[in-house]
Amino acid sequence: MIKFDNVRFSVKDEKTAEEKIILNDVNLEIRGSNITAITGHNGGGKSTLVKLLMGMEKPTAGKIYYKNKDITSLGVTERARLGFSVAFQQPVRFKGITVGKLLELASGRKRMVGELCEYLSAVGLCAKDYVNREVDSTLSGGELKRIELATALAKGGDVFILDEPEAGIDLWSFEELIKTFSSLADRTVIIVTHQKKILEIADTIVLLNHGTEPQAGTREQMLPLLAESEEVCGKLRRN
Amino acid sequence: MMNDTDKKLLEQIAELHGVPNGSYNIRKNGESIARNSTADIEIIPKKDKNGIDIFVKPGVKNKSVHIPVLLTDGGFKDLVYNDFYVGKDADVIIVAGCGIHNGSSSDSAHDGIHSFHLEENAKVKYVERHVGTGEGSGGKIFNPVTKIRLKKNAFMLMETTQFGGVTNTVRKTSATLGEGAKLSVKEKLLTDNSERAMSVFSVKLSGKDSSAEIVSRSVARGNSFQHFKSALVGKNKCFGHVECDGILIGNARISSTPEIDAAHKDASLVHEAAIGKIASEQLLKLMTLGLDEKEAEDTIIQGFLE
Repeated sequence: MIKFDNVRFSVKDEKTAEEKIILNDVNLEIRGSNITAITGHNGGGKSTLVKLLMGMEKPTAGKIYYKNKDITSLGVTERARLGFSVAFQQPVRFKGITVGKLLELASGRKRMVGELCEYLSAVGLCAKDYVNREVDSTLSGGELKRIELATALAKGGDVFILDEPEAGIDLWSFEELIKTFSSLADRTVIIVTHQKKILEIADTIVLLNHGTEPQAGTREQMLPLLAESEEVCGKLRRN
Repeated sequence: MMNDTDKKLLEQIAELHGVPNGSYNIRKNGESIARNSTADIEIIPKKDKNGIDIFVKPGVKNKSVHIPVLLTDGGFKDLVYNDFYVGKDADVIIVAGCGIHNGSSSDSAHDGIHSFHLEENAKVKYVERHVGTGEGSGGKIFNPVTKIRLKKNAFMLMETTQFGGVTNTVRKTSATLGEGAKLSVKEKLLTDNSERAMSVFSVKLSGKDSSAEIVSRSVARGNSFQHFKSALVGKNKCFGHVECDGILIGNARISSTPEIDAAHKDASLVHEAAIGKIASEQLLKLMTLGLDEKEAEDTIIQGFLE
């Protein structure tokens, strides 16, 4: 479904003018109708991978394919219109834009409150309490994060990119969100995560360390491997 | 009589598609072209100067009065004094505003001096909208002055909007609040090209448990300039909050000068200001929903000023 073909991404160090390689000739195939979890230690290139997927950054070299079509040069808007849906790690605030309006923008048309309720309920929020509230600092970090996830659901499409959906969410209500992520399994779902409970619902797990060739395998193959990895294991234990 | 330009302006500033129901006074190029008083709200023209006195009887509820002003003669300068006397326990909506259409090379200007006197427990929602249209090089100038006096437990919500096309404006609002009185101001300003806008607030929280909230949201485009100045004085146990948020686009400039003066030990006053361009994360988020950059920018501005 999505293929990274020898994708390299590097930036120039402003002080030394040296090239710093973030992703080094990465080859990766992400299957459709599949939940793929991408994990790895901080600085391993996960966020860069997300930016390349959503079209926010372009590879220094290599190609990205979606359904065998080269999408390397497509920007964020074009990929959104192709059916890519994104939930950011850090939710964005909008003064003056209500939760209901943001969900309508995401879904591309006017919606009845009942329809908006479906998206908000799926992320553990009660619609009537939120539809008319502004997406601003009057909402808590956890509420904003859930609304961010709801916008991805309202946007819909064939590809969901969820960047650390667990961040800011209380663990005791996390089970419901896990069910929501699982319900998307007929699409292409890519979740960047450190959360063991999410890794356990993934069909495929990709371990990305140091921006080099990622290790990918089934959940059954990868979970024992991750447990052996000291760096990742530390995170898993904490979760 | 109203032509198409008048009707368009009237719709923009007062959401009217003709003469409204209830009490109204429609002023065009310095003269009243339509007026109606009701048993609840009486409108009387001033004898000593341009303008009207509006009397809302005590206890009148769920009524409205419209007093829009139209200026369509190029180079016309209008100065008008309107005084509102709102009786005890009344609860009304007052819709004002002015539209200038100037197709000439001479400046057109409207200076509306409004005074509000709210008796005990009176409630007023005051809506004021300004817009400038016309391709003439002459200015479209507004200098509204609003003086507010709120007696015990009175409440006034003031919503002011400047849509665009106003070349120069100096807006001055002053208020004195009695015991338990509340003032809420929501100001929205849009400027573009070389337009200039200055908004000055001076609020005295004199009564015990009085409160004021002033929220100004502005968007400055092109080479326009806006200045927001607020002075909030707490003279009793009170609460005051001033918030100025501005979005800059192009080479525009916005400045904000806050002054909060707690002249009583139990006065609590807050000032917040945030000015800057549209955050790239906001644009990016909306682009992930399928909007292009221009659509995303317009959506953010529309929401911000809505």
